[in-house]
Amino acid sequence: MLGRIFSTDHKVIGKQYYFLSLFSVMIGLLLSVFMRFHLIYPDKKVKLFELLWPTGAAGGIMTPELYLSIMTMHGTLMVFFVLTTVPQGGFGNFFLPIQIGAADMAFPRLNMLSFWTTLLALLVLLGAFFVPGGAPLGGWTAYPPLSAVGQIAGPGQGDGMDMWILSIALFSIASLLTSINFIATVMELRAPGMTLDRMPLTVWGWFTTAIISLLAFAVLLAAGLLLLLDRWGGTSFFLPAGLVINDRILKNSGGSPILWQHLFWFFGHPEVYIAILPGMGLISTILSVNSRRPVFGYKAMVGAMLVIAFLGFVVWGHHMFISGMSPYSSIAFSVLTMTVGVPSAIKTFNWLGTLWGGQLRLNVAMLFALGFVSLFVAGGITGIFLGQPAMDLYLHDTYFVVGHFHLIMGVAAVFAMFAGTYYWFPKMFGRMLNETIGKIHFYITFLGVYGIFIPMHVAGLAGNPRRYPDFKEFEFLSDLTRLHTFISHTSFTVAAVQLLFLFNLFWSLWRGARASQNPWDATTLEWSVPSPPPHDNFGGQPVAVAHGPYEYSVPGSEADFVMQAAPVKEPSA
Amino acid sequence: MLLSIFIWVLALLTAGMFLARQWFPPAINEHARNFDSQFQLTLLLTGGIFLVAQAVLGFVILRARRRTKSEYSHGNNRLEVIWTAATAVLFLGAVFLSTRIFTSVHLGAPAPNALRVEALAKQFSWSFRYPGPDGKYAKLDVRQINDATGNPFGQDERDPAGKDDIVTAALRVPAGRPVEVMLRGRDVIHNFFVRELRLKQDVVPGMVIPLRFQADVPGTYEVACSELCGLGHHLMRTVLIVMPPDEFTAWERDALSQLQQAQGQ
Repeated sequence: MLGRIFSTDHKVIGKQYYFLSLFSVMIGLLLSVFMRFHLIYPDKKVKLFELLWPTGAAGGIMTPELYLSIMTMHGTLMVFFVLTTVPQGGFGNFFLPIQIGAADMAFPRLNMLSFWTTLLALLVLLGAFFVPGGAPLGGWTAYPPLSAVGQIAGPGQGDGMDMWILSIALFSIASLLTSINFIATVMELRAPGMTLDRMPLTVWGWFTTAIISLLAFAVLLAAGLLLLLDRWGGTSFFLPAGLVINDRILKNSGGSPILWQHLFWFFGHPEVYIAILPGMGLISTILSVNSRRPVFGYKAMVGAMLVIAFLGFVVWGHHMFISGMSPYSSIAFSVLTMTVGVPSAIKTFNWLGTLWGGQLRLNVAMLFALGFVSLFVAGGITGIFLGQPAMDLYLHDTYFVVGHFHLIMGVAAVFAMFAGTYYWFPKMFGRMLNETIGKIHFYITFLGVYGIFIPMHVAGLAGNPRRYPDFKEFEFLSDLTRLHTFISHTSFTVAAVQLLFLFNLFWSLWRGARASQNPWDATTLEWSVPSPPPHDNFGGQPVAVAHGPYEYSVPGSEADFVMQAAPVKEPSA
Repeated sequence: MLLSIFIWVLALLTAGMFLARQWFPPAINEHARNFDSQFQLTLLLTGGIFLVAQAVLGFVILRARRRTKSEYSHGNNRLEVIWTAATAVLFLGAVFLSTRIFTSVHLGAPAPNALRVEALAKQFSWSFRYPGPDGKYAKLDVRQINDATGNPFGQDERDPAGKDDIVTAALRVPAGRPVEVMLRGRDVIHNFFVRELRLKQDVVPGMVIPLRFQADVPGTYEVACSELCGLGHHLMRTVLIVMPPDEFTAWERDALSQLQQAQGQ
């Protein structure tokens, strides 16, 4: 039993990551429901709030500081423990070795250490709710001085903030270990014949993501340690002279709050691609499998990923157009930002190109993949506004930004996870998910996320600042009450519909129809082994790869697809 | 079929939502009008791309459902080059067009006749000070900061330059005259945002950041803190009062005489 829990098998670790994220996403989602409730009923007494937070919601009414700490925890849970964890730690762990024909990761024990470190990071983060002062209230971006001066800046900025930094540091270490492992595995353990240009785009996604993680999390870890030093070591990396906080004069001098923003966003922007690149690879695959057509422009797709990974590191300044950074930097960053839009557009065109001339199988995985494309366009295109410093003069830190990043980084990435779950569940657990429940889940969610996040954009156009616990103080915000009511009620519906997904998941684990080895008629290596695969994936058999990853509707072949591991047919004389 | 209709309807509803009403408040100066036209242009560009992409997606799904056989093809290099070049031109074009609007706010020298004001942001309120007839502010001394006695800036009581400094809670400016506000913070990061000016600037402790504008239409406009600053972030409100020039002069004169009376006692 212990051996099955403390396993070094990449498939067990992959599932462990998946369920860790499932737990995180449920808490994160619940927190967002609490927020949306409080925003439209700020004065309503809620027993549940009081039960959960006896001091923060005494009498059932959420205090502003509790709202802000819920918001901070929502963002942190979702960004780190869901968006970063499922695509890479979950699916990546399970499928990367199989898809390249390896028996396990390059460093199985290191892999196990990554998972347990991530779990520890999660527990430390959630622990922040239970320390005196509660969870931090400074948002997932943790800008100093608010995050650097301790309890005097607000409840939660004391012990809670320390827990937050510790959690993020642990998470960064785990991510660094994972990325080293992924890179080594792709470089060293590919089966004979698995040349780089035969790697499925999912593998390219995990590989480029690992490289980004290696560079980005190292900086986040360092920044976190500097912040801890400012808090406890008497240093002034992020604190300038002359600070007077809560009537107390601080002795710091010489630091810059903007330095943190540079370090944070040097991680934070690539983080967006960490969340979305594996999803891009997966969506390409699912679209190809279910339109029975090779991926359109495979090389362009790989190239676009690499270009995104590179450019992702030189655009961080677009989060800082109004930060007080030099205006010349803003202009440089804005040009680079627009450039990174180009490879993203290329991907979209190629997805449409894959669909064009295909013959569609609209299973639930495919529905979510198509939904992803729609959301990726909707969420990505508004980046053209935000990439212009002039537009940020108004839109920065409004709900326009909240709508934008939720669509592109949040919901689009989550749609890729849903697509991945419906697509790979049979392989992971040997059973099929229920397609009918899946379709209902998809259509309501798809409609709902548009209904939540598009109205947020227009609230931003009206100037609505984000991170406000209520909108009572400002006259111009009272105009937007109906809009917010609509957003909140839609979000309650979408949250409730996720119960269908949970039900489907757990019911199918035990009661789902048995899955065959290759239920989708797909070509990549995981479909040439049993569902679920045995411990060493290929039963000790040598794997030889002879074909590209997306050989569908090949002229002259008997089936309409050619497996990657299929032997090469001798040309008949 | 169902999915195509969903996609098309959602795309149209999205477009409808953006166009449903004038979401921005009325512009009160030239910069704001320039901002609005750049916004419209970007909306036209992105809205066009958005609608075409969603229309094509829906259409492709509809078309592909009717097919019985897929075409085997690995792509088309010419198409790749064309759409790469086209998006690069459109996206970079948008940013080049808007750069002038940004630089007009942040680069260049202040107008010689500009009204000079300093703003101070702290958890969770604003203060402003005017240098008075001598054109000079009092030196600052953190130890003399005292919100209760009306000295949020920490003006040095012994500095004679401060005798005529007017300190207020709202920002009053004359209509039609350039203004240069120097933004100071003393605790955490805040943000000065006036919707009608289409202007937003972080206030960073340790830095003094200039913000230049001119407001042409008299009126009272809300200033909303737009950088999370703590538990009172959502309460951090003040107003920008744009006054006809003669009213502003009268207000300044009254404020000075009140100041002198208070100092005389």
